[in-house]
Amino acid sequence: MSLKAKDYKSGIKPIWCPGCGHYSVLNAITKAMAARELATHETAIISGIGCSSRLPAYVSSYGFHGVHGRGLPLATGLKVARPDLEVVAVGGDGDGFSIGGNHFLHACRRNVDIVYIAMDNEVYGMTKGQASPTSPETWLDGKLTPHGTEVRAFQPCAIALASGAGFIARGYSGDPNGLAQLIFEGMAFPGFAFIHVLSQCVTFVPEQTAWKQQVHSVESLPDTAAEAAALMHADDGFAKGILYRNPRPVWPRPHAQAAATDPRAEFEL
Amino acid sequence: MTTLTLAISGSGGAGAISTGELVLQLAAGSGGYGMLKKTFSPQIRGGESAAILRLGNAPVSTIPARIDLLIALDWQNFARFADEVPISADTLVLHTGTDAPPPGIAGDRLLSVNAAKIAAAADSGWLNMVFLGMLAQGLGCALSATEALLQARLRKHDQATRNAACRALRAGFAEALPGPLQTLLAAFAPPAVPAPGGSPSPARWLASGNQMAALGALEAGVRFVAAYPITPASDLLEWLARHIEHYGGHLVQAEDELAAINMVIGAGFGGVPALTATSGPGMALMSESMGLAVASETAAVVVDVMRGGPSTGIPTKSEQSDLNLALYGLHGDAPHIVLAAQSIADCHFTTAWAVHLATRLQTLVIVLSDQSLGQSIQVFDAPAGTCPRAVIEPSGQAEPYLRYRDTASGVSPLAFPGEPGHMYTADGLEHGENAIPSPRARDHRLQLDKRLRKLTDFDFGEHWADLRGQADGSTLIICMGSVTAPALEAQDALAATGHEVAVLSLRLLAPLPVAQLASLLEQATRVLVVEHNHGAQLCHYLRAQLPQYRFESLALPGPAAIQPRDILAALEVADVA
Repeated sequence: MSLKAKDYKSGIKPIWCPGCGHYSVLNAITKAMAARELATHETAIISGIGCSSRLPAYVSSYGFHGVHGRGLPLATGLKVARPDLEVVAVGGDGDGFSIGGNHFLHACRRNVDIVYIAMDNEVYGMTKGQASPTSPETWLDGKLTPHGTEVRAFQPCAIALASGAGFIARGYSGDPNGLAQLIFEGMAFPGFAFIHVLSQCVTFVPEQTAWKQQVHSVESLPDTAAEAAALMHADDGFAKGILYRNPRPVWPRPHAQAAATDPRAEFEL
Repeated sequence: MTTLTLAISGSGGAGAISTGELVLQLAAGSGGYGMLKKTFSPQIRGGESAAILRLGNAPVSTIPARIDLLIALDWQNFARFADEVPISADTLVLHTGTDAPPPGIAGDRLLSVNAAKIAAAADSGWLNMVFLGMLAQGLGCALSATEALLQARLRKHDQATRNAACRALRAGFAEALPGPLQTLLAAFAPPAVPAPGGSPSPARWLASGNQMAALGALEAGVRFVAAYPITPASDLLEWLARHIEHYGGHLVQAEDELAAINMVIGAGFGGVPALTATSGPGMALMSESMGLAVASETAAVVVDVMRGGPSTGIPTKSEQSDLNLALYGLHGDAPHIVLAAQSIADCHFTTAWAVHLATRLQTLVIVLSDQSLGQSIQVFDAPAGTCPRAVIEPSGQAEPYLRYRDTASGVSPLAFPGEPGHMYTADGLEHGENAIPSPRARDHRLQLDKRLRKLTDFDFGEHWADLRGQADGSTLIICMGSVTAPALEAQDALAATGHEVAVLSLRLLAPLPVAQLASLLEQATRVLVVEHNHGAQLCHYLRAQLPQYRFESLALPGPAAIQPRDILAALEVADVA
């Protein structure tokens, strides 16, 4: 008997503000899990720290809520050790692009077969409203940056492309069905699948409710990395859909193994 | 026991260390024992490097400060490690004569052999092999056996290169030895190889501590390794990289130590025994996530091959100065296990035991090794064929399934992903027994107690320390790791003059077996804690844990190794040199 999306919810009540975009992301994940007909006990949702990193507890599956910024290596270790599992890493923009930025680059390069869903609200919500790496340069409400960040905003999709990610998509929390479809595609993709989700923070950046009018669909899927790069650089940051899709060999790659020799033999005199 | 200590030095890339390794292999192949310590700078080429070897006709586990023979392939940068290669008036010094020795090395103990010229006459540039040939001749080793070793070592080189090296070797073997050299080498000849069919001698191995730790990890069941390269731990990882895939495992070269420890925790969460190896700076970076392993009760093994610190410190030299970091370096109240390997061979058992304990008790285990154990190679009797192994047990059928259930032992039922009906989210947030995050005082207290109790109530058995001698009514030397060998040698030196002391080498440092220690301390008349660091970290730890006892301290920093004579001096036993 196949499970419905609600069957993938753990029943634990999320600790998120009313109106938070992450509720929709949770719904989209459970919809994608149902559509993929995943066995709950063969799925693991892995995260770091932040509002969005609370998500694993809300899914009926195995999960790991680790430390800030390290969800991707945690997920990488699990998937390499246990390739039989469906492993999904989730987190926020601070977790993934600031403290965990190095892991993001190398997860894109390494191409382990996991899905990474980054819920980007351009703010540190859990710590009550500081600028994040994706905050606009001119955003004046960051509590540590009264003049605006005065730092260029991080471009997650372009950086994922430059780092070698084979699947790059952007979704929007206001379009949970479209997002569920992207997560479904990401799970089906062989290799590292990065899904950048515009997920609004109604508490610290209430103006993000305007995203509903700003998002638009990608007109056509680029054929090459160069075309994808052109699209991303020309992008206003609100194009949703698959931005790049180009499978390449998944790590760890299979290698023919010579018969194991007794490792003790090499020490014997 | 007859021993011969020789040093082969040269600028980095001159082949000093590989020459030394060949000499040790040669002596070992002839039935002898020995140990080789590597000393080098972090540069690939142009720095200084030296192999210091002690050969013996019985097991050898220390390198004495007194060197019988120094072979200087060149004198560039020699001054930088002169402390570690102390030349006395008795030391015979062999050099090429093509560059000038440092001031003070002169006289009839300085012999010139123009090895470059001898090699050139054999149409070869391998001057270090000329010296190897001379040593092989003087030690009474067969030329054919020496050539076979050299060929095996150069197996990755082309035939022309191997031939050139062998020509230099043969030229050296045919060279007439200077008299003092011949006399010195003849006085020490390795025991002959037992004849085939003779009484079986114990199987002997030649290996480094890093290799033994890697073997122990593999044999204990480690099938996942993630690490970032760092001296002096890299060769442990390199050995595993060559072998782990044969066993269906994987080694990931991570982007940094933060990633490495989290990958290990991820694999451990998945039920696959996992390990990382690093040195002090890398373990410092892992500190936060080591706390995650403790809080989430996930098995993880971290091997710290210690080097001189803090910061970049002296990255290629040995020290035991990460003890405080291993004991206290985690944030919060984070009970975990700290072990120390006691010898090159014991790196095998202790690492395997770490894997066993980490999986058995669902926690973090730190294994302290050091550059001296990790990178020295030694001939020793083969370890037992069996070792402790990882424990992966089913979570049982207790309903409801509570991942962090408060059990009598403190060890909770652990389900691994893939097991139906027992799903949970592991968490670094404090949690209730049901794994749901909870900031409540009751849950925090209960989980803190549980995580501590599972370690303090566990019976670690006899492996907590090795005691040699009788503590009752005598002086007790307490040490760990690579200090054990000089402590045992000091004990022998004292015994030879009628002074009995006992040596206790601690393998289990945390949780400290206070009751077992106290029963020994009650009996001892005097206690000296010997350690290879500046801050007397072990001594302060013991004083804090066992405040009712008096501990004297001998704490010396690296890079020079602690010598038996340092221990004798600290004990101030008058009539022992």
